[in-house]
Amino acid sequence: MAAAAASSQSLPITVSNLVKAYGDLRVLDDVSIAIRPGEFMTLLGPSGSGKTTLLMALAGFVSPESGSIRFGEQEMITTSPHKRGVGMVFQSYALFPFMSVAENVAYPLKIRGVSPAEQKSRAEAALAMVKLGGYGGRRINQLSGGQKQRVALARAMVFEPRIILMDEPLSALDKKLREHMQIELKQLHQKLDATIVYVTHDQREALTMSDRIAVINKGRIAQLDEPKALYRRPNSLFVADFIGETVLLPVQRDGDDVSLQGRRLKLATPTPAGSGPLQLVIRPELLQLDGGGDDQTNTIAGVVRQTIYQGDSVLLIIDAGEGREVSVRIATNRAGQASLPDSGSQIALGLHRDDTVVLAEQAS
Amino acid sequence: MAIQDMPGASPWTQRLLAIYGALVLFFLMLPTVIVIPMSFSDSQYLEFPPTSWSLRWYREYFGSSAWMSATWTSLLVAVLTTVLAAPLGTLAAYGMHCTSDKVRNALQLLVLMPVVVPSILVAVGVFHLYAIVDLNYSITGLVLAHTALAVPFVIITVLSSLNNYDMTQEMAARSMGASRPQAFLSITLPQIRFSVLTGAFLAFITSLDEVVVAKFISGGENATITRRMFNALRDQIDPTIAAISTCLIVVSVLALAAVQIFGARSKGSA
Repeated sequence: MAAAAASSQSLPITVSNLVKAYGDLRVLDDVSIAIRPGEFMTLLGPSGSGKTTLLMALAGFVSPESGSIRFGEQEMITTSPHKRGVGMVFQSYALFPFMSVAENVAYPLKIRGVSPAEQKSRAEAALAMVKLGGYGGRRINQLSGGQKQRVALARAMVFEPRIILMDEPLSALDKKLREHMQIELKQLHQKLDATIVYVTHDQREALTMSDRIAVINKGRIAQLDEPKALYRRPNSLFVADFIGETVLLPVQRDGDDVSLQGRRLKLATPTPAGSGPLQLVIRPELLQLDGGGDDQTNTIAGVVRQTIYQGDSVLLIIDAGEGREVSVRIATNRAGQASLPDSGSQIALGLHRDDTVVLAEQAS
Repeated sequence: MAIQDMPGASPWTQRLLAIYGALVLFFLMLPTVIVIPMSFSDSQYLEFPPTSWSLRWYREYFGSSAWMSATWTSLLVAVLTTVLAAPLGTLAAYGMHCTSDKVRNALQLLVLMPVVVPSILVAVGVFHLYAIVDLNYSITGLVLAHTALAVPFVIITVLSSLNNYDMTQEMAARSMGASRPQAFLSITLPQIRFSVLTGAFLAFITSLDEVVVAKFISGGENATITRRMFNALRDQIDPTIAAISTCLIVVSVLALAAVQIFGARSKGSA
């Protein structure tokens, strides 16, 4: 029994046509997703999108109406949570307050009938992994939030599960600690031979940590891609708007072409099909102050309205005509600051064609 | 003290409040406490304050085989009721906690019925039911009836402590390989045990105290102490009643103290 869990080799997860409904509401609407062995997969979405329901279905705490969940070759859809062999980290940590740190971490081993001596040494090793060596004797209420999270991590991986599920594990921590833990978790993932499925609503966290991200909206997977592709090539306005800082600018459709301020845009991707309205997706940091004018760069003309100093960058608010505003983010290094335009001045912004993404407004 | 923590209250208001509180406690305790000196009286009748002192009514009580047998019946019934009501009530509370709000509210109403309905109605109902299934005057019948009366108290206390308990702990345990019963026993129960114990204590007292239902369905050699006391009060009033009452008070206070001490210890270690 212990051996089954200990033969550590990360497993692929294959979810097919998963449906979960509460009354008329389809929380998971025919979801299919193939997670690779050893991958760090993030389920990203706004609250109520179904991302946590999907995670809970993987853990076995939510029973879907139909569909299939396979760990490796094994069908898990009707398997009880305790027989799935997954490690799990919860948002609330869910540590056992009446047990010591070491007892918490040893709990999965104790349940598996591991000998007390081995329990002790493996719990210590797991605590050392999360940089809490020597904390075994502490009580849970003596720990800080970050330490509690580390104990929860140690407890979820001490039995060497091949799949670890995490439900917004860092959301209770303050920003600085959260960003630190993101890096640490990523490093930990490289040491562990486990497939990690991670739920968050924080797009930056998702971009930082994931091998791939599944953006979930209204119970469906909106887009599944690597962080960079997701950021640079969103396939819908929802994804574009949800990931990163985004300015949308309406553009005109001229047959197969797209134009802005009367100029034809050079696009990174083909013009979206159909005849509906189109939007140009602009990342403020990808705009250049010198309009370029070469054949690889699109130009957007405007007037500087406001300059906002934000420490690591300066945000320029540009009036692009017809009441549309565009913002441009300029780094506060010397190169960036040398050419900073004054308020009220006319400028031509450059947007490289590889960064020029035009998307259709969704019907829904 | 909470009284001294009141912000903005003048020392005089605080003092008046303290006196008021003490008076309330005094009048609450008075009927109970007055029985104790009466039990040490040498008089033939219940009198307060006693004119002379003796232990004769305790000798009367402990020397009477009828009183003793009724006492053992009561204690046996109370213990069996506790043993049945505590796990049943705990499981019911757990089940109710895990269902939807709608179902829980409906169940809560249903479960509270035995507490809300006048005991005389319960007694009449149980008597007629037991007449059919032939359980009147039996220990089994008494234990079952008392369990029905006691279970709501266990449910209420356990349910309220489950409300303060983070159920994701149980999910965590299950994800780590514990079956649901295992997770409940090893993770949840240790954290709600004080409320289970309090519920068990309330169940014990409910049974020990119960007189109306017992008056209808207990009797003969299986009469409870409260039933005999009630009859004794009607037939001849002598201070034996006071002596027995004093003993019952002592048993209740000891049980309550045990619960509190255990509770303080389990909270201190948590």
